[in-house]
Amino acid sequence: MPPLLTVSDLTTTFPSDGRRVPVVDHVSFTIERGEVFALVGESGCGKSMSALSLLRLVPKPGRIDAGSIVLEGRDVLALSVNEMRAVRGFDIAMIFQEPMTSLNPVVPCGAQVVEAIRLHEKVTKAAARERTVALFKRVGIPDPEQRFDAYPHQLSGGLKQRVMIAMALSTHPKLLIADEPTTALDVTIQAQILELLRDLRRDLGMTIILITHDLGVVSELADRVAVMYAGRIVETGRTRDVIDAPLHPYTRGLVRSIPARAPRGVRLHEIAGVVPPPTEWPDGCRFANRCPAVLAYCAERVPPVETRERDHQVWCHAVTAGLLP
Amino acid sequence: MLAYVLRRLLYGVVTVLGVLLFLFILFFSVASPDNMARRAVGEKASPKVIENWKKEHGYDRPLWPWQDPKSNLLFDHFRKALTFEFGKSDADSAPIVERLKAGAGPSLTLTVPLFVLGVLIGVPLSLFVAFFRNTYIDRMGLVLCVVAMSVSILLYIVGAQFLIGKLLKWFPISGFDRSIAVIARFVAMPIVVGLAAELGAEIRLYRTVFVEETSRDYVRTARAKGCGEARVMGRHVLRNALIPVLTNVVIQIPFLFTGALLLESFFGIPGLGSVTVDAIQGNDFSTLRTMVYIGALLFVVAQILTDVSYALVDPRVRLE
Ligand SMILES: Nc1ncnc2c1ncn2[C@@H]1O[C@H](COP(=O)(O)OP(=O)(O)OP(=O)(O)O)[C@@H](O)[C@H]1O
Ligand SMILES: [Mg+2]
Repeated sequence: MPPLLTVSDLTTTFPSDGRRVPVVDHVSFTIERGEVFALVGESGCGKSMSALSLLRLVPKPGRIDAGSIVLEGRDVLALSVNEMRAVRGFDIAMIFQEPMTSLNPVVPCGAQVVEAIRLHEKVTKAAARERTVALFKRVGIPDPEQRFDAYPHQLSGGLKQRVMIAMALSTHPKLLIADEPTTALDVTIQAQILELLRDLRRDLGMTIILITHDLGVVSELADRVAVMYAGRIVETGRTRDVIDAPLHPYTRGLVRSIPARAPRGVRLHEIAGVVPPPTEWPDGCRFANRCPAVLAYCAERVPPVETRERDHQVWCHAVTAGLLP
Repeated sequence: MLAYVLRRLLYGVVTVLGVLLFLFILFFSVASPDNMARRAVGEKASPKVIENWKKEHGYDRPLWPWQDPKSNLLFDHFRKALTFEFGKSDADSAPIVERLKAGAGPSLTLTVPLFVLGVLIGVPLSLFVAFFRNTYIDRMGLVLCVVAMSVSILLYIVGAQFLIGKLLKWFPISGFDRSIAVIARFVAMPIVVGLAAELGAEIRLYRTVFVEETSRDYVRTARAKGCGEARVMGRHVLRNALIPVLTNVVIQIPFLFTGALLLESFFGIPGLGSVTVDAIQGNDFSTLRTMVYIGALLFVVAQILTDVSYALVDPRVRLE
């Protein structure tokens, strides 16, 4: 069977000073049915923009400039506006990074899920309501009947995110994109939501793109992972391969910052500096100006792909030149 | 909710009493009962006639309670207002209630269409430009709005009277007639002028509200679950944006009854706005008191109405 989703050379740009600056730059990956694929990287490296590109929801004045997105043999970028509407929420559903503000404040929570169902399926309001209450129960919302009529402001952040998850699941999408679903939540709630995603994945065999900047979460949940830096994927492969034997200096830095891996009492390793804004990304390897293993030509030349066993791929001059083990 | 409204009413009473006191102090610091009498009976009237007028209209008493605790103008002022005893005009002795009745019709024929058209044109137009936000349609609209709102209303009035009234002769330059058949001919031009003067600011305000709403996260959620753009605007954005729009609309309603000062006086419409202007010019304290008092009451009502309408449309707002 062909993969569920194939993304090739996806490039999304924003205008700046009369030119178009890519925030997602030639990103390629495939998603197999039933797998959890993680997209990791620091803040501002283009994870959310990649996800929104898949739904063709890049906020204006941004737009997808190049590449292809193929979902079950269908070219997503070639779909009409109406066809795209049918894909959103039905084939691909998304949970957002901002649970506090992602629900419509003046519509009761239940009605928002009912709307999601009835946008795609011809069912009565009563049937949609019944399904919504069952979903609320499934995602662990206590008193689902009462919560159905509650307005978003009456729920905690964790409950709101559960409503969002219920909404995303309501039409049995083929692909669920979870964009940092726990970042905005308290630590204890984070663990609960991750637990819920794990259960859903186990029980429903969901295909999930999990966006996060936490490699700990990746190693717990994901089958495969792509590491993103400054709009590009710098390393991808099976989670075990990438986390146990990271190749790219950026991935190495991220792996060393997983709390459980740092020896007790040792200060957490952090990569010096932050992701620069897209207008200041170098031409060659984007990581050149923060890289501990930088070579003379790194900043000028885009690194080629280096493939190791089990499709473990990395884009790094130092690795290709054999300078890094 | 009830407790809230009662508390707001209490504040309202304080506001109205304050306004009445302020009016009294202000009026009698620029005009004395003697001035008023002279304006009423003529500058050259003999002292006897003046005294008679003051006696007849009750202005022969001292102003302040400390001058005469039993009988003074300040207490009289509050008693008349609070008991809604509007009495007669100090200028021409006509009953003020009659004046209100006569002025309400012309004022409302001007202000109500102005208000309704303002909302019916302003809200859809701003939704339209918001739909085309950041395109040249939107930018052209914005420029037009800014130009329209920077022009003084006096210029609109004079311009319309000259162009439409004098050159084109479509409508009379000014005047009024109560008969239903021709009333539209007289209010058409002031309504157009009023719209031109207010729509720019209104559309700009509503557009900002709509555009701000369209960039909210819940709008992205709506799109992500498969809502079309029309549904996003009509169901999600409109419902949220209506909250600030509605309050801006509701607060205008009570003031429909106070008339439009400038439009009425320039277009010769004998409405309530003109009554107020005439009262100020004629040192007509009893009429002025009535108009200011009614205005203050309407203001208080508008405030409460606004808060209540907020609570009705926004589930996050609870009146406590
Ligand atoms: N509306 C916009 N206009 C211009 N640039 C934008 C816009 N939105 C995002 N960007 C840029 O796109 C880049 C990628 O943003 P994105 O939101 O995808 O990052 P992210 O990886 O999801 O980060 P985070 O972990 O903070 O969510 C950022 O550097 C940001 O500067
Ligand atoms: Mg993000």
